[in-house]
Amino acid sequence: MKYGILINEGPYQHQASDTALQFVKAAIEKGHEIYRIFFYNDGVNNATRLATPPQDDRNITKEWSSLAKEHNIDMVVCVAAAQRRGILDKGEAERNGKDSDNIEEGFRISGLGQLVEAGIQADRLITFGD
Amino acid sequence: MSEEGIVKKFMYVNRKSPYGTIYALESLEVVLISAAFDQDVSLTFTDDGVYQLMKNQNTDGIGMKNFSSTYSALGDYEIKKIFIDKESLDERGLSLSDLQELVWEDEDEDYAEKSSINLVSRAELSEIMSQQDVVMSF
Repeated sequence: MKYGILINEGPYQHQASDTALQFVKAAIEKGHEIYRIFFYNDGVNNATRLATPPQDDRNITKEWSSLAKEHNIDMVVCVAAAQRRGILDKGEAERNGKDSDNIEEGFRISGLGQLVEAGIQADRLITFGD
Repeated sequence: MSEEGIVKKFMYVNRKSPYGTIYALESLEVVLISAAFDQDVSLTFTDDGVYQLMKNQNTDGIGMKNFSSTYSALGDYEIKKIFIDKESLDERGLSLSDLQELVWEDEDEDYAEKSSINLVSRAELSEIMSQQDVVMSF
């Protein structure tokens, strides 16, 4: 089955992103396809490479990044939600006159249309949120 | 911008009050974008989500943008199926007259304004939800 994944909560504060990560790993293991993972609301905070959790804790952003790299998964961060919360790639930082970017490798910033498209193209769209 | 002619039933479920958290505002942003994709879109307001449609909202005291007038544009975006959970209204001592009227214009009847609002029971809502292809809940 072809899954679209919507993540609406940030890491650590809320378990939604951890649960999504476990779900995506399990789905891939069972031979399913992940069409796209879309990060919205505070979910965009999953994409900052500047987060520095304690060494004995999981690093959710790194886990997303390596999982996406290993399985070639499309991970999209909503541009409007990201701008509100200070998640920027190089292009967005330049466009908005900011002195740095902070997006982790493997994530890309794009519009909400990518979420709707995932709903259209995937067999199931699953929301992980509050 | 139709995706190879695929038309799915999309339902956006609004469960939270309009202020206090950003869910209502960012849900509305998805809804408005989705209108560009020529899909079969409906909205549900349930739990505290019914407060999103309250008349006479005034945010002066909390320093937030009052976005309640945006809902009245839904008809212009061809979004004309709005479901209101009756039990959620009852539980909060509200009735439809406390909510703003949402209408769409019927081109086939000389642009007559028709109500987009459907007052439904939870049992009916459950049935309608089960017919959807995509349900996004905020």
